Amino acid sequence: MAHGPAKGLSRWLFTTNHKDIGSMYLWFSFAMFFMGGIFALVIRAELFQPGLQIVEPDFFNQMTTMHGLVMVFGAVMPAFVGLANWMVPMMIGAPDMALPRMNNWSFWILPFAFALLASTLFMEGGAPNFGWTFYAPLSTTYASDTVTFFIFGVHIMGASSIMGAINIIATILNMRAPGMTLMKMPLFVWTWLITAYLLIAVMPVLAGVVTMMLMDIHFGTSFFDAAGGGDPVLFQHVFWFFGHPEVYIMILPAFGIVSAIIPTFARKPLFGYESMVYATASIAFLSFIVWAHHMFTVGIPLTGELVFMYATMLIAVPTGVKVFNWVTTMWKGAMTFETPMLFSIAFVILFTIGGFSGLMLAIAPADFQYHDTYFVVAHFHYVLVPGAIFSITAGVYYWLPKWSGKMYNEVMGKTHFWLAFIGLNVTFFPMHFSGLAGMPRRIPDYNPLWADWNMISSMGAFLFGAAQLLFLYNVVRTILSGKKATDQVWEGAEGLEWTVASPAPYHTFSTPPQVK
Amino acid sequence: MTMQEKQNNTKTVAKLAVFGVCMFVFAIWVMPPLYTLFCEVTGINGKTKGKYEAVAAEVDTSRTVSVKFVASNNEGMPWEFAPETFTMKVHPGEAITTNFIAKNLTENIMVGQAVPSMVPNNATDYFHKTECFCFNRQALAPGEEAKLGLQFIVDQELPRAIHTIILSYSLFDVTEISPDDVESKKQQIQTSQLEQQNHSSLLTAHTN
Repeated sequence: MAHGPAKGLSRWLFTTNHKDIGSMYLWFSFAMFFMGGIFALVIRAELFQPGLQIVEPDFFNQMTTMHGLVMVFGAVMPAFVGLANWMVPMMIGAPDMALPRMNNWSFWILPFAFALLASTLFMEGGAPNFGWTFYAPLSTTYASDTVTFFIFGVHIMGASSIMGAINIIATILNMRAPGMTLMKMPLFVWTWLITAYLLIAVMPVLAGVVTMMLMDIHFGTSFFDAAGGGDPVLFQHVFWFFGHPEVYIMILPAFGIVSAIIPTFARKPLFGYESMVYATASIAFLSFIVWAHHMFTVGIPLTGELVFMYATMLIAVPTGVKVFNWVTTMWKGAMTFETPMLFSIAFVILFTIGGFSGLMLAIAPADFQYHDTYFVVAHFHYVLVPGAIFSITAGVYYWLPKWSGKMYNEVMGKTHFWLAFIGLNVTFFPMHFSGLAGMPRRIPDYNPLWADWNMISSMGAFLFGAAQLLFLYNVVRTILSGKKATDQVWEGAEGLEWTVASPAPYHTFSTPPQVK
Repeated sequence: MTMQEKQNNTKTVAKLAVFGVCMFVFAIWVMPPLYTLFCEVTGINGKTKGKYEAVAAEVDTSRTVSVKFVASNNEGMPWEFAPETFTMKVHPGEAITTNFIAKNLTENIMVGQAVPSMVPNNATDYFHKTECFCFNRQALAPGEEAKLGLQFIVDQELPRAIHTIILSYSLFDVTEISPDDVESKKQQIQTSQLEQQNHSSLLTAHTN
């Protein structure tokens, strides 16, 4: 069995190796990150000044929609699956994923899904323009014909995610090395186990909601059409029943990554490991009973507003436990500030800011002012960019020496961090203010009242985008000509993945390690 | 991979796949009916209930409730559509009849469906319709005007705090999805034309 990778293109097409597939997921996600980033910069360029300068309103709407879809389904989710592919087997002492062939398939259908979605940009009618939340009837009655491509694209992405999730659960439940009990698993494995269950629970609901759209558009049903006895509000309920767990799918693995990194650079074991596991599970459970906080203004009754408001606020408790544990892990630690640690600390601080604006949005009576404004945009970018993107970046810097066997350039890494950190805050912090001043989201032109904040946001966005080019350059340079990394890589790093050589051999743990 | 691990994996995959399929079924076949049921039971979402069988009840003349009607056309619906009376003062328990007027301004047979909504939400349980044009689709011939009847009773149990009920109807064009209604309207027009012809030929026969 001990053979190396096949030669040429067939290695990547037919591979069943978790490391190869992990790398492909990560590169795919990196490409999507830049594509979604370009869409975002089109938005920011148009919003640099009030008035219509660069793009038509319809194309602007296509950009906001595609930016959201590509970042959520193309950049963040595949990046986490890529990290899981690489790290989960190595962290639990398994030789590979449980279902290597399905693993190959779940990756390779993904490029087709996104080709389908992106091809609509060049079609008559254009790309989806109804927002990434694709509310009916905007996405049914009023959508251009290309919506069908979008629907099938989402079906394929969903199938990919579900297969990936099944694979991860099977790996974690059945393939652990002897002695690796559930409560000895690294937190990244735990958070992914819970995330995978969320995925299997809600991705079929997403498939269901787009299927209902398909039926309404082409087969004469009226799920979301009031004329035929349906209800557009039903769409929002079904969508957010998927959508809220979905946002935790994009953050729980991030919790796992920083829970691996902070102890390494604080040189202390993670504080409150068990409470971290329970907090993750509680957040996952709560994610199913808060969906209507996205819909406070649709006219749900007072009782509903109260129930969803309190349930939403409850999420602050397990999240607070986590933040407390990270801070306490750092407390009196022998800290050093390498690039992964910088990104992780920024994660803790900025994600908490995003959490606070989330609490503000959870207050139902206040939400009527914030709803659909840039305040919401500021909120979810503060949880997703420093949350998902920073943690993925931190993870890449942290594990890249193990993957490639080479050390990245620390100066360039730190420069990337500071540019990204400043860029991010300059972009998104002013959105709190333009939002509170009443600027609605998803508009190509706006009242000059909000001009200053928007100009600042746009400048920050281009800085943030430029910083990511440095990241790409650093990664490529490391792989091509980085200095050789040691097997241990980081002084304080613990876990099975650091016991193998750098770069990690093509096959690791063919004989399971003994975990004490 | 050992045989044991393979078996375990197959079992895990089977369980999870069934779970995934169940969630898909849940989204399409359970959530929409559950939602409709939930709205019906609680009366939230402003959805009024279906046909009500009138029961003998005393009219509470000590109270007067103002019922206001709103009629609006959904986008692209070219009919004229308005209530005959915009505001009515009614006593709880009283059976009331009123009409909406709809006129098809086009040169084609069209079918409309009115969808009701009510504020305040908590009045929906106490507003009983014994007859309503919204229970059926309405087909109108080109240029035809129709009186669309509505009979209702406001329940005596209506919460004291409610003094005004607003009932709104949005009229949707459902011509495309109701070919049967168009067909029966067509036949109805033909028969009435035939009858008219017969009638006029009879008349001419008489005068001769």
